[in-house]
Amino acid sequence: MKIRVSRVIIYAILISFAILYIIPIYVMVVTAMKSFSEVSLSTMWKPPSGFNFESFRTAWLGSTKEGFRGLSGSFFNSVLLVLPAVTISALLGSMNGYVLTKWRFRGSDILFPIILFGMFIPYQSILIPLVRTLQKIHLYGSIPGLIFVHVVYGIPITTLIFRNYYITIPTDLVEASKIDGANFFDVYRWVIFPLSTPGFAVAMIWQFTSIWNDFLFGLIVTPNPESQPITVALNNLAGSYIVQWNVQIAGALLTALPTLLVYIFLGRFFLRGLLAGSLKG
Amino acid sequence: MASILFITPSIVAVIVFVYIFIGWTGFISFTKWNNVLPNYTLVGFRNYKNLFANMRFQIDIHNTIVFTIVFVSSCLLIGLLLAFLIDRNIKGEFFFRNIFLFPMAISFVVTGVVWHWLLNPGSIQLGSIGINQLLDKIGLGFLKTGWYTDPKIGIIAVAIAAVWQFSGYTMALYLAGLRSIPMELREAAAIDGANQFQIFRYIILPFLRPITFGAIIILGHISLKIFDLVVAMTGPGPGFSTDVPALFMYDTTFRGNHFSQGASIAIILLLMVSLLIIPYLIYTSRKEART
Repeated sequence: MKIRVSRVIIYAILISFAILYIIPIYVMVVTAMKSFSEVSLSTMWKPPSGFNFESFRTAWLGSTKEGFRGLSGSFFNSVLLVLPAVTISALLGSMNGYVLTKWRFRGSDILFPIILFGMFIPYQSILIPLVRTLQKIHLYGSIPGLIFVHVVYGIPITTLIFRNYYITIPTDLVEASKIDGANFFDVYRWVIFPLSTPGFAVAMIWQFTSIWNDFLFGLIVTPNPESQPITVALNNLAGSYIVQWNVQIAGALLTALPTLLVYIFLGRFFLRGLLAGSLKG
Repeated sequence: MASILFITPSIVAVIVFVYIFIGWTGFISFTKWNNVLPNYTLVGFRNYKNLFANMRFQIDIHNTIVFTIVFVSSCLLIGLLLAFLIDRNIKGEFFFRNIFLFPMAISFVVTGVVWHWLLNPGSIQLGSIGINQLLDKIGLGFLKTGWYTDPKIGIIAVAIAAVWQFSGYTMALYLAGLRSIPMELREAAAIDGANQFQIFRYIILPFLRPITFGAIIILGHISLKIFDLVVAMTGPGPGFSTDVPALFMYDTTFRGNHFSQGASIAIILLLMVSLLIIPYLIYTSRKEART
């Protein structure tokens, strides 16, 4: 009997917390589905009377009458930004992880914490030089510029992810192929790279989520609405007094959708990236 | 040789874009560039003196301390509680774990926009809305407050949204830790007559200590850097009640064109984060070298 009671308490606590955690999502979904005539702040918690995609439509397309931009353009900017940035930074991470675990040289152990420090710094401490430099090399204000920035500042975390992964691949495998006459590039191409799929999954999903969700770099590097990523556009939408709150909420849901889908379908890789981010994966 | 060639682009990029840029920002913080056009006349510590005398900065430091304490301690406690309950062989583990963890996949900007409306206290014309209205409905109306519109607790309201987003992270860390405790250890203790509380106190907690330590560092440095959430949810707030150093830096530098003043805020921010992170990096790389 005693065990039964404690079981009930465990489930009661877990279910209460689950409800608390769902509340924001509930409000997002019901608000975004209400029609403009139905939406009112004082009936925020009420379920919608039916499916209605007016709010999504307005958040996506904007409104020329009321004079604000929709999120569609910046959604595609984010797609154009994320795909190359994720691919390049995962490749760099894989190369670095390979060298740091299988071809260690004098000083390579000191190199790793030096690289790693870059993922913890407040980016405010590099923003002014970054803007000046991007202006000089004509990448300021453009999506390629933003890709470049995310690739550079993604090096620490992707290196960490791949280093932690390659440590688990037996070095004997590398040594054996070296004896067979394989050089540095052969080993990478024919031994390490084919075994790297899990590493790439973790690194790419992690980078996808953090680049899609980034706000600061987008805000600073692409001030012009034509090349802004979606988080910056959402913030502008929500900060504008002419945009109704249900449109803002629908916009928030649209912004969250890609990373939520990735979480739903590839959550376990996301979790591994998360645990790697606290250094000991 | 080929190996060094392989890693050189990354090393150069990190050295330039992290270390040289930090040095560059440090240099700017000692100059007179407080206008649109660069002016590299050295002025010593003047920008720092101005900064520490600035009321907004003093409020920011206070807010950062309050935010960090509320955010880190809540994440640790909730994370530990949830992990401990989920570890009790429950049905629907997968479901609960994911409910608590999914907010981690969402952008701070999205969180900010949603919680802006959830913690909006409403107005006289509208009556209570959001969480306040919910509290009214379930008979907890006495808990209603102005949330982020109340200068006294504004920053705590922002911390609540951040806890919603990050407590699942500590849960995942603790859960991984709990799962790494050998079952035999707990069983042996139980055979020796230890009760549930003693097992928790003398076996589980010591096992989780390094995880707690790591989580404090990670969460602590996130709260020092917090920016996106504040911008999207509240902005600086009434009387800077929800303002933070990162936002002050952005306003000063990119809206006010006071580049040297902004650089000094950035350097202080970096020093605060480094104080947390550098000992941690040294500690983990030493620990790794030993194993």
